[in-house]
This record gives sequence, structure tokens and C-alpha cells, in this order.
Amino acid sequence: MIEDIPLSHILIVSTLIFFIGVYGFMTRKNMISMLISVELVLNAVNINFVAINRYLYPERLEGHFFTLFVIGIAAAEAAVAIAIFINLYRNIRSIDVDEVTEMKY
Amino acid sequence: MSAFAITFYMGSALMLIFAIMSVTSRKLLRAAIYLLFVLIGVAVFYLVSDYMFLAAVQIVVYMGGIVVLIIFSILLTSHLGEKLQVVKPVTFVIAALVSLIGAGIALSVISAHTFNPVAADGPETTVAVIGTQLLSYGKYGYVLPFEVISILLLAAMVAAIAIAKREKKPES
Repeated sequence: MIEDIPLSHILIVSTLIFFIGVYGFMTRKNMISMLISVELVLNAVNINFVAINRYLYPERLEGHFFTLFVIGIAAAEAAVAIAIFINLYRNIRSIDVDEVTEMKY
Repeated sequence: MSAFAITFYMGSALMLIFAIMSVTSRKLLRAAIYLLFVLIGVAVFYLVSDYMFLAAVQIVVYMGGIVVLIIFSILLTSHLGEKLQVVKPVTFVIAALVSLIGAGIALSVISAHTFNPVAADGPETTVAVIGTQLLSYGKYGYVLPFEVISILLLAAMVAAIAIAKREKKPES
């Protein structure tokens, strides 16, 4: 099963997903697509936690629990972020980061 | 190379392709669906790592919660068929440069380091083991983060309701 795959290959996949997320975060203007990029970054980190827990410390569950908490916090973050987007759209009819200048001061 | 390894590498390549498509697609709804495919790939990775509970949580919370929430808000805030505007070319160049340099540094560190995996002979990650450790307050217990995250989720729920609530018009 998973033991056939070297740990470094899994870390390579998660690194690439992480930096794809960073690229998307920097090139998008729509706030929802920026949120999608952040979810990619969080999932790359979760893959790292689980892979290192599984390969190097299989007798413990530290990475497992950290992944659980990261998933929970990601859910809270997405809920608050989407509430903010909907309120913004109601007020200024747009959720592009360039249009949101009245939150600046 | 075993059949599992071939499946793993094909699945990883597919996940990377979907990740790239979800950050480059000009249509927002398609980007959300590509994100869904990446999340399914991550859940399958948890499954083959023998973390069944984590895979279930990933499917329930991410696919059942976050992706549905994202699709809802896309449908509420954009018109169908609307294309995302593109940023300036210089931004593309800077973003690609930052990502490539960062990925290069991280990959060089990973390839330079040798890992010593140990054979898995630990406890089975059944729900009973997970629940006991999550609520124990001894060594390696996680009851404090558990309580903190429950407060955090309550606060996030109240905050989301308070922010998204329509304000009353004074003397309409």
C-alpha cells in the first residue's frame, strides 16, 4: 500500500499544490477565487501533516489531530469569509479586491 | 512498480492538473468544481494512509460544507457565464516567479534531506482510539484544543450571522 511510495514523492506533490495555491492567490482578483486558492494551500499543509505522521511516527496521532483541527478552522474561516463577501456584494455590488477601498481606513 | 504505485502517481498527476485548472480557469463555477476534484484526491490519500476517520471528515466538512458554501456564494454574487477579469501581465510574471522560486527552494530542501521511515506497528486508528485521545487530559491528550476549537466555531457562527444580517433601514 502506501509504504511503496517514498515519503519525498508525497512531499513533492504537496509542495507543488501549495505553490499552485500561492500563484492563484496572487493572480486572482475575485475574492471567492482567492478563497479557493487558500483552500488549496491548507490542503497541501494537511497532506504534509498526514504523510509525515504516517511515515515517521506511525505510533502517534499528532499529525492526525492537527489535520482535524486545521479542517475545523478552515470551515470556520470559509463561513466568516463568505458572510463578508455577501455583505460586501450587497453594499457595493462587487467582490473584486480592487473595488473594496472603503474598508481601507 | 506495483499497481498501487502506478495508481498513486496517476492520481497525483491528476490532482496537480486539477489544481492548476482551478487557479487558472476563467469561469468561477468551474474553478470551484476543479477544487472539489482536488479535495476528493486528498480524501483518497487519507484513505490509503489508513486514516479512515480523517477521510470521512475531509469528505463531510470540505465537500459537504465548504465547497457547497463556495458554490452558493458564487451563484449569489456573480452572473452565469461571467468571465473573471485578468490581472496585469507584470502581476502574472511576479506571481509565477515567486511560486517557482519558492517551489524550487522547498523541493531542493526535500531532495537534500533523507527520511528514515519506520514500519507501522502502532495502534489502529479506529474511532475509539481517536475519541479517547481527543478527550483525554493526560499526556498526548487533546482536550484543550478541542474545547478551544468548539469556542472558535461558536464565535465564527455568531460572527457569520451578525455580518451577513441585513441591517434595518432607519425610517424607510
